[in-house]
Amino acid sequence: MSAPVALRIEGVHKSFGKLEVLKGVDLEVGEHEVVCLIGASGSGKSTLLRCINLLEPIDAGRIIVEGEEITAPAADVDAIRRRIGIVFQAFNLFPHMSVLANITLAPIRVLRRPRARAEADASELLERFGLADKRDDFPDRLSGGQQQRLAIIRALAMEPDLLLLDEVTSALDPELVAEVLEIIRELAGQGMTMVIATHEMGFAREIADRVCFLDAGVILEQGPPDRIFGSPTEPRTRQFLARIVAAGRL
Amino acid sequence: MTGVRAPRRRVGRMSGGRAVLIALVSTIVFFGVIGWVVVNSPGWPAVQRSFLDPAEFRDALPDSIARFRINVQLFLIAEVLILVVGLLLAVLRSLPGPVFFPIRALAVAYVDIFRALPGILVIFVLGFGVPALRIPGVPKDPFFWAVVALTLVYSAYVSEVYRAGIESVHPSQEAAARSLGLSRFQALRFVILPQAVRRVVPPLLNDFIGLQKDTVLVSFIGVVEVFRTAQNKQAAHFNWTPYLATALIFILVTIPLARLTDWLIARDRRTQARGGVR
Ligand SMILES: Nc1ncnc2c1ncn2[C@@H]1O[C@H](COP(=O)(O)OP(=O)(O)OP(=O)(O)O)[C@@H](O)[C@H]1O
Ligand SMILES: [Mg+2]
Repeated sequence: MSAPVALRIEGVHKSFGKLEVLKGVDLEVGEHEVVCLIGASGSGKSTLLRCINLLEPIDAGRIIVEGEEITAPAADVDAIRRRIGIVFQAFNLFPHMSVLANITLAPIRVLRRPRARAEADASELLERFGLADKRDDFPDRLSGGQQQRLAIIRALAMEPDLLLLDEVTSALDPELVAEVLEIIRELAGQGMTMVIATHEMGFAREIADRVCFLDAGVILEQGPPDRIFGSPTEPRTRQFLARIVAAGRL
Repeated sequence: MTGVRAPRRRVGRMSGGRAVLIALVSTIVFFGVIGWVVVNSPGWPAVQRSFLDPAEFRDALPDSIARFRINVQLFLIAEVLILVVGLLLAVLRSLPGPVFFPIRALAVAYVDIFRALPGILVIFVLGFGVPALRIPGVPKDPFFWAVVALTLVYSAYVSEVYRAGIESVHPSQEAAARSLGLSRFQALRFVILPQAVRRVVPPLLNDFIGLQKDTVLVSFIGVVEVFRTAQNKQAAHFNWTPYLATALIFILVTIPLARLTDWLIARDRRTQARGGVR
């Protein structure tokens, strides 16, 4: 590959007790690339993303971000997390803080930005993503779609090199999904490197540069969306997609 | 308490005027009968003389109120220390990793021991025992040791309240904070603790009520506060009425605090029922 590599995952294993969830995952993500992770519920998509962000320690393998091995024992975990944003399915906003404070907490405390600058940056992001009027509200006053947009803004405020999105629309009512997908589309257009775990196959097909099918703890098949969705080679991929089609989600 | 509230709610459901009338008559009859029985029982004059002497009451009340200031001071100083030490203990107990094992173990031992000991024992040992060692530089002031003893005992309870609060904050909150690059300590300080403390205000107030009443225990090591004042007067005049004055003071101070606590707990429960901020 000629494009610089943003993220490389080599032989990552992860077990919870006796349950081996990841059994040697290899994956390479180039800069400005959008990779979608698909796979059955419980196949380990969330686990993989949490491992990349070091929220879960891995049992074996290596994860390399921008040339630095983040799974090395001496790695500075906090410094690495600064460069990798993650957005969770359940938003995980800070309920005791205003919208603005949710966004500025990490820039002020972690990046040591002056408050005025952090707030100006946050206001700009809120403006850009259509939440300017919610600046001083608390998260519980926002709709689900607005909450998820706020979670994305909160991650973006750290200006990450890499953004991980974990089923960011699956907790939303169908009519709210579009507004969140629109933001992701915009980020992709601006060249944000993203790894997206999703059940929205139509969206994955549209936005992904590459689609990876996670099955039985490994990435069984990967390739451009048209090939994966159009002519998958692995029988298990075909099976999975057939089930999705039957459920009316593709 | 529910016994007082339930009838009131039932009254509300009946048609206004009639219900009030029935409640009024029933109350007058009920307490009238009890009052008549009490006043006409053979022991009543003795009780009245010993416990309800108006002259004694008039004499005791001003002094008791003046001395109650000592209890209030003790309460306020100890409370601040308890909140700080309790929080510190809770934080020490939640330090992660094997390196901090000795510190965690120490905090656990502290909490276990001081919750197991009767408060009066700690007060006695510190208030009498330690000054008796006559170690130079060690304070002899019983008020000082009263503060220390109450802080030791109550901070053990309060740290458990804090800890329950910390554990009630969902782990996903810590994950969200850490994923933004906040250190473990920053996550605790800016994300976990603010939510935890908010949740434990009502149970903390409950502990305050206990502390407020337990301030009288320090009378046993010679702090002349409200209870000791009543004791002195009782001993001098062979009359128990001064204790009535003390009781009245505590009732007047504690009931509003208890009601506030109940109200806060009920409000929390309503918020939770609404699926509010968790
Ligand atoms: N902290 C944990 N402790 C124990 N088991 C876990 C834990 N987290 C995940 N698992 C298990 O690991 C497996 C993979 O879970 P994961 O959440 O990664 O799947 P997923 O692909 O994201 O599924 P979904 O599409 O439903 O979100 C599941 O069987 C799950 O029960
Ligand atoms: Mg998942």
